[in-house]
Amino acid sequence: MKKSRKVTVLALCASLAMVLSYVESLFPVFVAVPGVKLGLANIAVVFALYSLGFWEAGVVSLVRAVTLGLLFGNGASLLYSLAGACLSLAGMAALKKTGLFAPVSVSVAGGVLHNLGQIAMACLLLETNVFFYYLPYLILSGTLAGIAIGLLAGYLVRRIRISP
Amino acid sequence: MGKRDLWLIGGLLLLAAALFLSSWLLGRPGAYAVVRVDGREVARYALTQNGTYELNGGTNYLVIQDGAARITEADCPDRLCVRQGWISKAGQVITCLPNRLTVTVYGPDGGVDVYM
Repeated sequence: MKKSRKVTVLALCASLAMVLSYVESLFPVFVAVPGVKLGLANIAVVFALYSLGFWEAGVVSLVRAVTLGLLFGNGASLLYSLAGACLSLAGMAALKKTGLFAPVSVSVAGGVLHNLGQIAMACLLLETNVFFYYLPYLILSGTLAGIAIGLLAGYLVRRIRISP
Repeated sequence: MGKRDLWLIGGLLLLAAALFLSSWLLGRPGAYAVVRVDGREVARYALTQNGTYELNGGTNYLVIQDGAARITEADCPDRLCVRQGWISKAGQVITCLPNRLTVTVYGPDGGVDVYM
């Protein structure tokens, strides 16, 4: 892929991730557990992971977390978000690398790990052990959201050709 | 989506169900609600003491009634802590991440019997 094309697609993915995160924040939260959300921005991250590669997906994820944290969050929410994003991306890349799983599973792993990373960071910062109390909620919501996001992202990966 | 994907997803859902079930079965009635800000204990109320308490200089309000505790007011935008509702069993927690505040229920011995 030409470098200019790659940079353009990367920028597009990053800005889409930002916008999706923002749009999601406009919806009312329907589960009263901290960290639980749909994770629309993960569509862009999964797409980048499959269409561009690991480092590119990392850039999309980091740009989203940092810009959203600076625009709408505070220091603490930026840290939660970064912890979730890093753990999620590492898990998704590892699962994809095995070559055994479809994008749905990769996205599910990403959703669950994003939740776990966020709450683990919150436990560290707040010095309280709420991790295991919230664990079942986080696994359940991460799995369900991950399925939806993964199906969407898988469809996009098949449909959108960005090379040469 | 193949067989492996279904196994992975099914396994995660089973794990979540098992965790829900164990927390439901192992839950014991609590005796105290402990309020922490940034991990430091700032207040402790017996669940038998009905009343409304101002927390953290007014960012949140805690109500204790008939052995259960809940947050009724919060100044944060999402007010997740309010929507988490009543807690009464040892180990249950209400968290308010924006205000870095948690309310944890402890059993009669002061410790948490099980974190679930």
